Amino acid sequence: MHNKSLAELSASLQSGEISSVELTQHFLERIKRHDSALNSFVTVTEEQALSAARQADQLIATGQAGQLTGIPIAQKDIFCTEGIRTACGSKMLDNFISPYSATVVEKLDTAGMPLLGKLNMDEFAMGSSNETSFYGPVKNPWDLERVPGGSSGGSAAAVAARLAPIATGTDTGGSIRQPASLCGLTGIKPTYGRVSRWGMIAFASSLDQAGVLGHSAADCALVLGAMAGFDAKDSTSIDRETPDYSASLSTPLEGLKIGLPKEYFDEGLDSGVGKVVDTAIERYRTLGAEVIEISLPNTHLAVPAYYVIAPAECSSNLSRFDGVRYGYRCKDPKDLTDMYERSRGEAFGAEVKNRIMIGTYALSAGYYDAYYLKAQKVRRLISDDFKRAFEQVDVIMGPTSPVTAFKIGEKADDPISMYLSDIYTIAVNLAGLPGMSIPAGLVEGLPAGLQLIGNAFEEGKLLNIAHQFQQVTDWHLQSPAAFA
Amino acid sequence: MAWETVIGLEIHAQLATRSKIFSGASTAYGAAPNTQACAVDLALPGVLPVLNREAVRMAVKFGLALDADIPQRSVFARKNYFYPDLPQGYQISQFDQPIVARGHLDITLENGETRQIGVTRAHLEQDAGKSLHEDFHGLTGIDLNRAGTPLLEIVSEPELRSAKEAVAYMKKMHALVQYLEICDGNMAEGSFRCDANVSVRPVGQVEFGTRAEIKNLNSFRFIERAINYEVERQIDLIEAGGEVVQETRLYDPDKGETRSMRSKEEANDYRYFPCPDLLPVEISTALLDEVRQTLPELPDEKKQRFMAEFSLSEKDATELSANREIAEYFEVVAQGCGEAKMAANWVMGELSAHLNKADIPIAECPVSAKTLTVLIQRITDKTISGKIAKDVFVELWSGESDVDAIIDSKGLKQITDSSAIEAMIAEVLENNPSQVEQFRAGKEKLMGFFVGQVMKASKGKANPGQVNEILRRLLNS
Repeated sequence: MHNKSLAELSASLQSGEISSVELTQHFLERIKRHDSALNSFVTVTEEQALSAARQADQLIATGQAGQLTGIPIAQKDIFCTEGIRTACGSKMLDNFISPYSATVVEKLDTAGMPLLGKLNMDEFAMGSSNETSFYGPVKNPWDLERVPGGSSGGSAAAVAARLAPIATGTDTGGSIRQPASLCGLTGIKPTYGRVSRWGMIAFASSLDQAGVLGHSAADCALVLGAMAGFDAKDSTSIDRETPDYSASLSTPLEGLKIGLPKEYFDEGLDSGVGKVVDTAIERYRTLGAEVIEISLPNTHLAVPAYYVIAPAECSSNLSRFDGVRYGYRCKDPKDLTDMYERSRGEAFGAEVKNRIMIGTYALSAGYYDAYYLKAQKVRRLISDDFKRAFEQVDVIMGPTSPVTAFKIGEKADDPISMYLSDIYTIAVNLAGLPGMSIPAGLVEGLPAGLQLIGNAFEEGKLLNIAHQFQQVTDWHLQSPAAFA
Repeated sequence: MAWETVIGLEIHAQLATRSKIFSGASTAYGAAPNTQACAVDLALPGVLPVLNREAVRMAVKFGLALDADIPQRSVFARKNYFYPDLPQGYQISQFDQPIVARGHLDITLENGETRQIGVTRAHLEQDAGKSLHEDFHGLTGIDLNRAGTPLLEIVSEPELRSAKEAVAYMKKMHALVQYLEICDGNMAEGSFRCDANVSVRPVGQVEFGTRAEIKNLNSFRFIERAINYEVERQIDLIEAGGEVVQETRLYDPDKGETRSMRSKEEANDYRYFPCPDLLPVEISTALLDEVRQTLPELPDEKKQRFMAEFSLSEKDATELSANREIAEYFEVVAQGCGEAKMAANWVMGELSAHLNKADIPIAECPVSAKTLTVLIQRITDKTISGKIAKDVFVELWSGESDVDAIIDSKGLKQITDSSAIEAMIAEVLENNPSQVEQFRAGKEKLMGFFVGQVMKASKGKANPGQVNEILRRLLNS
């Protein structure tokens, strides 16, 4: 049951072959059985899930069901869920029961998807390995000694281990695509503004975007379609109709122009991963695509610019966690300053503090022009690189991550090496473009992903291109043996 | 040494929108603590601001009234600092791209001279909540009802040269925002308040002296006193060989002095940067045109018209146009009774005196403009004298509404029958033979005494013109 696609599950539910309660129960049992090894869930919402499943069964029985009705989902713990703890991977919010739900959560509720629980993540989404979580690291189902990637590491591990059919994630610099790559999943980060940020706890507001991690492009297309759309509560969401992503999946790729940025195939790329990517590109040729080498000359500036802009925004976004109104407050503060210092000092983890410090510094008087302003200029240059490229090609392809899953603890003391995990994904966020990662092969038994980058609002085209690949390959159907 | 004072004001005008600048919560004053603070105002995790378009329109209206530059695009920025009543840990404000750029305001000084004061900019921002330090047993209470209320911060050039000029500017701005109906102007509730940047320099020196900023002045009287105190403090300090330090000071109205709050060294680095949750504000020419249509006649225009249309002096016209509601009241009376000068005198005299004494705005005045019109008409048609009219006014103020009914029931109708007046005068002359003698011997000042006696005898009802005329005739006969 847990290896079926969403379309197959939907058909089984509609035909009465299984009920939503049975399906939900099945995944809840898998979570119970397997998650102690993975640590992918921080909260399991069994009661709510079963109650929602019963409602879904009624809708199905009365013919009022949509395609997703009755299929359970798990939410990254960055999305506020009414009445359920929303901790964002942090001690700061360990006691925070959200009084409201994120738009994404409401939309998927409305679509009839029972919520299995909340997924582990790097603290406030800051990390590429899921090691910064207050709730402990998540293990990669393909190798329990390795990281699942981050920050949506819980989402990736849970779906890869078939503890949930699909899960939401968020992506600020690669946080959907990189864990999808490391766990052998299909993950999509849509165009900035496509999915509402209301109720999604902000890390770097101008970069954060919600998306989905699943087994296939077809699965992602269904759920992304239900999540996307304009929201008056988010001033940066875009008032543009959401296309039917499933309808365009079958468009043939004859004549498709694929751009390969030479900067994405540099010495930092692991040779095994490089081979997987080359093979995938070859496969696209056989599907009728034309491959063109392109240049994104400012690629090398993406990581430095990102590590100014994202920390700058996070240093401000995280100021609200002050111990005054909700969240962690230190014991017996002796005065206001003591309360601020100890509440924040005791509840934020090291990586979050790092970034707050970097961001505060970058915005300080006398440094603003040299750092923040310059980073914004670089951001425009990077955006222009992509604009020029899309005059030439329909899609850009390359590796998602330079390496496969690394060992837990391996990069924990080397932040620069950790930051370079996102070297190929970060530019996409800076430009606000849609990006995907699809499973393209295994390197020494570990999954490696192919990244697809599209022009603004062309997530439909990306899903189509990914789906066509998945029609002729079966990397997306492979699962880690221990969780088959 | 002769000193020159240099003052710049930063006025905070609370905009009269129904909901907050970035959330749907109500802005009504006086609700129970924290009952008007929604998820956005509380800065819960994951919430986002959405700009109130009405606040933008109000700021644009203000800019048009000042004949200011209104850039096509303005940007909201975050001003970062920690304070318990600032839930986000930053204030959403505007920094280098405000909604209203350079404009100006003309003020009239006491000597009648007019000066143009430059307005550097005006920007939109959100207000903070309130910290309550009493009644919490050593703890601080936070009320976030005010958090997120829209403010327009209006920054003047350092072109004001005395406390009096500062007050004149503040008053003019106060009148303007109320004319525009963008602020209720209620200073006691903090809807209209200012910070004053004050420095002194030797007359003739071009460079500015070091300034001190006096925070949160919320009455015209306090502004004047605080500035005068501060100017004296700075001059004394410099003349004693000291130096003014750049700092923030608080005015203590009880002691009538300013006190240091924090120095420049302790000042925050606010780390302004564009707010990534909000798009830049685009102001189209269509919006400018639309808002321009809603501009009322402004105080200066009204003053000029009052002078032309009603032949008022500049002083009277200035006073009557300073408050929109008073101006409108005056105009109804002036047009109704056809005697603009009398209408002006009544509005600035009896009416203002009663309003001030009762401490109520004209909107709550118990005597309507129509009623005052009738009262003045009864003076001009000689039904009653001006003096009796004041008594009638007192009746009207205390709740009566029919002028003629009061005159009838109290028998206040003026006596214009010459023979009756003559009989009263004869009696007065008969009873005061020595004064008659003195008058006839040349002590003409006694005329007033006789008029007074006759008016007294007539209980004020005798027509004063006739009294004068008949008295003169009888005394000189």
